[in-house]
Amino acid sequence: MKQKIFSLLLVLTALVSLAACGGADEDGNKGVTLNVYNWGEYIDQSVLGDFEERTGIKVNYTTYASNEEMYSKIVSGAASYDVIIPSEYMIAKMIEEDLLAELDFNNIPNYALIGDEYKGLAYDPEEKYSVPYTWGTVVIVYNSAYVDEEDVADESLSLLWNEKYAGKILMFDNPRDAFALGLSKLGYSMNTNEPAQWEAAAEELIAQKPLVQAYVMDQVFDKMISEEAYVAAYYAGDAMTMMDENENLAAYVPVEGANRFFDSMCVLKTSRHKAEAEAFINFMCDTEIAVRNAEEVCYAIPQVEAFRELDEETQNDTMVYPPQEVLDRCEVFVNLPPETAQLQSDLWKKLKTTY
Amino acid sequence: MRKSVAPGGSRANLIPYSGWMTLFVLIPIGLVVYYAFTGVNGFTLSNIGWIWTYRKTLWLSVELALIATVLCLLLAYPIAYGMSRASAKVQRNATLFIMLPMWMNFLVRTYAWMTILEDTGLINSALRAIFGEDFSGLRLINNHGAIVLGMVYNFLPYMILPIYTALTKISYSLVEASRDLGANGAQIFGRIILPMSVPGIISGITMVFIPSISTFIISKILGGGKDFLIGDLIEDYFLGNSGVVNYNIGAALSLVIMVLILVATFFMNHFDKDAKTSGGGSLV
Repeated sequence: MKQKIFSLLLVLTALVSLAACGGADEDGNKGVTLNVYNWGEYIDQSVLGDFEERTGIKVNYTTYASNEEMYSKIVSGAASYDVIIPSEYMIAKMIEEDLLAELDFNNIPNYALIGDEYKGLAYDPEEKYSVPYTWGTVVIVYNSAYVDEEDVADESLSLLWNEKYAGKILMFDNPRDAFALGLSKLGYSMNTNEPAQWEAAAEELIAQKPLVQAYVMDQVFDKMISEEAYVAAYYAGDAMTMMDENENLAAYVPVEGANRFFDSMCVLKTSRHKAEAEAFINFMCDTEIAVRNAEEVCYAIPQVEAFRELDEETQNDTMVYPPQEVLDRCEVFVNLPPETAQLQSDLWKKLKTTY
Repeated sequence: MRKSVAPGGSRANLIPYSGWMTLFVLIPIGLVVYYAFTGVNGFTLSNIGWIWTYRKTLWLSVELALIATVLCLLLAYPIAYGMSRASAKVQRNATLFIMLPMWMNFLVRTYAWMTILEDTGLINSALRAIFGEDFSGLRLINNHGAIVLGMVYNFLPYMILPIYTALTKISYSLVEASRDLGANGAQIFGRIILPMSVPGIISGITMVFIPSISTFIISKILGGGKDFLIGDLIEDYFLGNSGVVNYNIGAALSLVIMVLILVATFFMNHFDKDAKTSGGGSLV
């Protein structure tokens, strides 16, 4: 017994001294740990190792499932992050609330490689706070082995409301994306501030609820790939990933219109390692890295040089890089004013508490 | 329940405990109460009023938690009874098997149920193998039944163990004595064993009902994220997944649940009064 205790103590001492080494390292010049907070399934994890190798800066990488989850974590002050990658409407909200740091673009020379059409968009008009990471649209994914051709012939959102597929339909588990589908179905803008239109969209979602198998975010991968569900609305890049895994899956951008999103890298005002954070952003815009990352996540990239390096099939893939006439019917989210945000929140709870 | 300080012991012994309780129980409860009764304009009672808006959610949570508790009790009592009458070796092994799943994370175990219950899961695949591909399968997941199953599965050990402890403390000589006096099996159980295991039952009910009524992750995983239980609602108010964070309403709803549980526990402990002498011990 004594021997056991002794060896236990020995192990503990070893651990403590190891931990102490780690701590000392952190104080050193190159021992900075950068906290990167990104969407789930949204990076080629191997590039993080390259970054550590090249710069000596460690990356502590964590993920979130929705913009709202990320936002509440940050404002609660429960954790400190350096780099975050939110969508455009959330960036606008965070700029308004003074949560983002102005970037020093001298540290991000690769910003020059970002296509002009992705710069200075409405959410960051003066190009001060964000560097575009990827973009895409929301698409309808379906399993062609189970969904009849005539039901997808019109490429409509109404597939999500088709009673034939009751119990096999997946919906977004976040209000912004879910309500956008309801509003588009009714022909309203996703950015409307008209309470009656929001109420009508909520009615659509409540009517759809009995048909829905589950409200999910990244669980959609498993459920669509394993054919547990047949129909889902999700983000284009992730849809591509699913289609790679199961050849029965197909997708379209609905005719009624869809959300087009721009996810961009930002640095938080509270970051204590701003220069390192900018180095990370610059690294992610490096052509070789951006190509590798794009091949993994399957989303459209705004980095022009990297785009040309992609294989031709991807470059011409209309699901990832939709033609202009498709983009024309897409809508980019704007940050909702407080009253509309409150209404959206109330209606979402109404949906989830209608039994 | 608190015992007086043992002779020779000093109050200093209590410092770690009271420090812990203050830091992690009293202060958080104080914060909950503070948030529950404040709004943008200072003191308000309106936050509490939201429970009326969400009465259906509250009722559904109570209903599912009660069903889960009753099922746990019905399942646990025979198991605990069987264990308490078995040999020492069997008792040890049985306890180990009941504790074994707890070595794995609760979330992982709950996710595992998804692969069992899904339309393409283990059960339905097995049924399809037996009845042929045309068998449409059973709808086992993403409904209230699956949520209750998740509660029963996860919290069953908390019912078995206190009942088992209470049962093992019953002196067998009482059973022998009653048999000598002519009691039959049913009488022995009804008049001696059952009453003396009440403290364990009470403890078990409390330990199953409380986590069941406040769960928010079981309903999300096994209920398909469709119907909010009161725990999901509180989570949403604090984490703002629906786009707006409101600590005040979240705290008010939590307070209502806490008071409800406190009242329920108070009544239950009254039940328990006569049987206090035998072991088991209650939670509050």
